[in-house]
Amino acid sequence: MSLALPLAETVMSLEFIAQQVVIGLASGSLIALVALGYTMVYGVVGLVNFAHGDLFMLGGCLAVTLVEAAGPPQAGAPAAVGILLLVVLCGLFCGGLNLAVDRLVYRPLRESPKLAPLVSSIGVSFIFMNLGLFWIGPSDRSFPSLVPADNLLPFESLRFSSRDLLVVAVVVPLMAGLAVLVRSTRSGKAMRAVAQDPTAAALVGVNVEKVIGATFFLGGFLAGAASVVYAATITTIGFQMGFQTGLYAFTAAVLGGIGSIPGAVVGGLVIGLVRALGGACLGERWAGGIVFAVLIAVLVFRPEGLFGRRQREKV
Amino acid sequence: MHPRTLLAGLVLAAVLTGCRGSDPGLVRIVSSLPRTGSARQQSDTVVRGIRMAIEEAGGRAGPFRIDYLDLDDSTAATGLWTSEAEAANARAALQDPDVVAYIGTLNSGSARVSMPILNYGDLLMVSPATTAVGLTKPDLGEFGEPEVYRPTGRRNFIRVIPADDLQGPLAADWAAGRGFERVFVLDDGDAYGKGIADLFAERCRELGLTVLGQDSIDPKAQEFRSLMATVAAAGPDLVYFGGTTQSKGGQVAKDLAATGIESPLLVPDGCLEPAFIEAAGREAVEGRCYVTFGGIAPERLTGRGRAFVERYEKLHGEPPEAFAVYGYEAARVAIHAITAAGVKDRRAITDAALAIRDFDGPLGRWSVDANGDTTLAALTVLAVRDGRFAFEEQLEAGGVDPGKAKTVVENGGEG
Repeated sequence: MSLALPLAETVMSLEFIAQQVVIGLASGSLIALVALGYTMVYGVVGLVNFAHGDLFMLGGCLAVTLVEAAGPPQAGAPAAVGILLLVVLCGLFCGGLNLAVDRLVYRPLRESPKLAPLVSSIGVSFIFMNLGLFWIGPSDRSFPSLVPADNLLPFESLRFSSRDLLVVAVVVPLMAGLAVLVRSTRSGKAMRAVAQDPTAAALVGVNVEKVIGATFFLGGFLAGAASVVYAATITTIGFQMGFQTGLYAFTAAVLGGIGSIPGAVVGGLVIGLVRALGGACLGERWAGGIVFAVLIAVLVFRPEGLFGRRQREKV
Repeated sequence: MHPRTLLAGLVLAAVLTGCRGSDPGLVRIVSSLPRTGSARQQSDTVVRGIRMAIEEAGGRAGPFRIDYLDLDDSTAATGLWTSEAEAANARAALQDPDVVAYIGTLNSGSARVSMPILNYGDLLMVSPATTAVGLTKPDLGEFGEPEVYRPTGRRNFIRVIPADDLQGPLAADWAAGRGFERVFVLDDGDAYGKGIADLFAERCRELGLTVLGQDSIDPKAQEFRSLMATVAAAGPDLVYFGGTTQSKGGQVAKDLAATGIESPLLVPDGCLEPAFIEAAGREAVEGRCYVTFGGIAPERLTGRGRAFVERYEKLHGEPPEAFAVYGYEAARVAIHAITAAGVKDRRAITDAALAIRDFDGPLGRWSVDANGDTTLAALTVLAVRDGRFAFEEQLEAGGVDPGKAKTVVENGGEG
């Protein structure tokens, strides 16, 4: 730290800060996509699904397996088509898996005390992690660099690569689509109704179980999509990667106010930014600590999180 | 209890313990290395080296037949060595009266677990690969090292590979000799990684190189892009990472390349394994990554060492990796000590090993010093070329003048 501080002062140029903001927003958007899965499920069934991070990891396993099966990228097929295909396939896979887990594990426990599904989700998390271990083995796997890390900007010291563009190109439409779905469609209305009061929603004819299933599927789909973008930008897949990503995503959901969709997005971005800028100012080794210090500070002054309660647009 | 039941119990107990009774004509050598996960390839070549040494001795050491047992200090679930597995191996070795030598470990952290356990039994421990300074050298490691590994006050640990107090500073000498001037030092915060990075940085300053910054990564983090932006802004012409493949060495190399940093990456022997190139992806390290190794590369060995490499290639159909010859030498030390002691007594065998002077081996002529370290002092620098580690340069310690960095004695060609 003693060495990192003076260094940070000398290089704290505007470009450097802008660079860290770009990096922070890119990693924050991925955290936000995963965080949406936590917050949506919490919104409708009040469950913190601890297996969500490992579901994300399984999406990455499928992505690496598919890409390796497809062989080296052909010159004719642009990488964008391949990525889009992967996003859809891994999204469907993770969505389906999340739905299946809800049907098999959480649904029988719907009327049980809250702790029963919570502990079950920790169990599912371990099962997923072991599946990942079987699937891709214990050591980290390199994901082929489908998207180049070239700089799209004409600056020397400020980089915005094709990989960052990929993050924007996948994350923004997905979030916009989700917002439209939740706000303006009939199923979105049903979701909001179940989030507010499941009993009342059932009384007015909403099929509550169907809505819950759809929520699990959507959350899983977003995690699967995030895993593909993650694999293409970070280019390393390991069976333990779900833990840290899941922890950050859960933190983002809590920071934004769990149950709130805009809260999860803002929480994810805040965590990405705090990690990048905090790490750059105080040294990389403190990056993780700063994130949780910010979380504690926010929760002390706003226990409901940034967007909790006040903007009650729960899913 | 009925007297007959008691008698039967006693007989049964006697039979059971009798089964494990020791055979006076047999000595057992065990090795404890990670046999699963990404370090497995390294361990495989070490084990082959050990087997070759035993085979060359005709399976005998003095009057004794040698039995060899290959133990695993890693678990499949983690793919890494674990304290539990290493401690269990050490205890099993101690409890087996036939075991007179313990070859291991590959990782310094793992050696820290078994050293104090084996010390209680005066069991000879010979390491082919651990390089953390604190294991043997007073005043260089953490507080309380190395006494903490010798609870009885007696010594039982020898290593045939030079420690990091050679590797770290000589790596800096190499960097200065190559004309690098501005270095950024990273480490994984672990005993080995941070230890060697500190030694490297210190020597860099002595040599007049600018250390732009030093930072530890979190080996559990997934990516280091933000850190790499800091590194890029500092504008180094060389980046050093003190760490291993298992502490995210591959990801560091990958993110460095992805951030557009052109400067080469220098890493220590913890990354000297094919798994490192695999984890980093070939394009991230090809031609721009250098690895130091506190020893002699297989292609530079002469005499007995040359003969070992040729025999290894003939037996296994591939050239040995860097650590193979150290496994071979560790087993030779154990066999020599058993032969010299001539009795099946752990203390006598350990003392015979500690008394080794002018030992003629594949690495050259060397002695065991007062700390249990080898007197050899060569450093090899390898470069990643064509997706594998190729010989780059060999440096010798001694006569190093801090003012000048002209320690390069040989300039290697293609490996």
